Amino acid sequence: MSITTLAFILLSVMAIGSAVMMIISKSPVHSVLWLIVVFFAISGHYVLLNAQFLAIVNIIVYAGAIMVLFLFVVMLMNLNAETEPIKNYRLQLIGIVSGGSLLLVLLSALMRAGQQQLVEMKVGDAGLINVLGKTLFTNYVLPFEISSVLFLSAMIGAVVIGKKD
Amino acid sequence: MADLKKPIMLLVVDLALIVEKLVLIVVVVMASLVIAMYATFAERKVAAILQDRRGPNRAGPFGLLQPLADGLKLFFKEEIIPTFSSKFLFIMGPALAMLTAVMTSAVIPWGDKVQFFGRDISLQIADINIGILYVFGVVSLGVYGIMIGSWASNNKFSLIGGLRAASQIISYELAMGISLIALLMVTGSLSLKEMVLQQQAGYWNIVYQPLGFLIFLICAFAECNRTPFDLPEAENELIGGYHTEYSSMKLGFFLFAEYINMFINSVIMATLFFGGYDCPFVNEANFSPNIAALIGVAALMIKVVCFLFFFMWVRWTIPRFRYDQLMHLGWRILIPLALFNMLATGGVILYFNK
Repeated sequence: MSITTLAFILLSVMAIGSAVMMIISKSPVHSVLWLIVVFFAISGHYVLLNAQFLAIVNIIVYAGAIMVLFLFVVMLMNLNAETEPIKNYRLQLIGIVSGGSLLLVLLSALMRAGQQQLVEMKVGDAGLINVLGKTLFTNYVLPFEISSVLFLSAMIGAVVIGKKD
Repeated sequence: MADLKKPIMLLVVDLALIVEKLVLIVVVVMASLVIAMYATFAERKVAAILQDRRGPNRAGPFGLLQPLADGLKLFFKEEIIPTFSSKFLFIMGPALAMLTAVMTSAVIPWGDKVQFFGRDISLQIADINIGILYVFGVVSLGVYGIMIGSWASNNKFSLIGGLRAASQIISYELAMGISLIALLMVTGSLSLKEMVLQQQAGYWNIVYQPLGFLIFLICAFAECNRTPFDLPEAENELIGGYHTEYSSMKLGFFLFAEYINMFINSVIMATLFFGGYDCPFVNEANFSPNIAALIGVAALMIKVVCFLFFFMWVRWTIPRFRYDQLMHLGWRILIPLALFNMLATGGVILYFNK
């Protein structure tokens, strides 16, 4: 077994294991912390695919900024396992049924996908910053500009809300 | 292209390289720890000089053994874990703070290469092609240690300190990132090594980016929780802020992480804006590689010591901000200024490259 395969298995176990832990842990703060571990595992996968820029941006944006805000809100609301309302049977049943049907849909889509091109490890430069930048500013320049306008409007909105008092 | 695949190549290379890198890692981490240790001593001495006192002078000649005495004291104190805290997370807090503080040193070029046993050894642990983004990512993770530690303490003052730290670091990260974008537009590279080589050949980046440097400096103060931005541990309103409940070496780790962060931030600023290991008016090619590397490391350390002194000088000169002033400075002054800097840099580059 090559070291890349070993790293892949390790990262996958880490990602899936922490995702499960995120769902089943009682305390919301623990859930958020497990989610951060998931993001790290996914960043590790990006590095294996030679997409280092995506890996680090995933960490900066998700683990470094968005999850800090999540944690911030959860801590501020002081949600504890004791104060959580006990969910009744019917609600749990509905959750199991809807989650199970989503799983079925995903599985059937995956089965019908047929033989696709497999992901290539360690090769390719699509995730490197200069290639990514060139692609974004040539092939996808319009969607890119539209999304940046969206971000700008969100920023202006934040300033307007902050100015109100 | 060979350079781009380095992080993966590291996994399959020969034993000599692994040993070489391990030695380098140990040396770099030990050096950061020792420098941070003496930064605590320097801080007390600087404070003493600014306040017309003598400072610590009992332990050893000129009080040079004072940091060792402080460390021993912290190690032998009784460790207290509050009853209602989450024990695992309570221990994770300071551990994460230390980890993220030390991790940044992996991508910093400490010097050019040295020659030992007929091998060229680069004085950089990993020259990855996203160097500066790695630094930025690790810095943005630094807040977790404080947040987790403060929440696990189960104490209102700690929690307020942790929340203050989180909102402060998120606010100042934006301006820091935008000021970095302007710098990247000038250098055109994300690799720290490449940036130093460019500055060795031409002028230092401070010449091109004075405003960007000022913004970066202010944000570095805020990211390190240093005065005038030390609201997370404001002792006269929050007792001790996020480390109120900590005792013994766990408290020591929190305090120590601040000094390591200060050291690493000084190195980053020296590397990005002041030429890194470049010694001005000296042509390194005239010396043998080992001597040149020595001069480079010495030059970098002199720049770092100047920055560390500046950090301390500000701490003992300027009083703490109020929280609304802090947010006002971050969102209404620094971010527009950084955006203006980015636009101006882009315009100038476009004008001269036409």
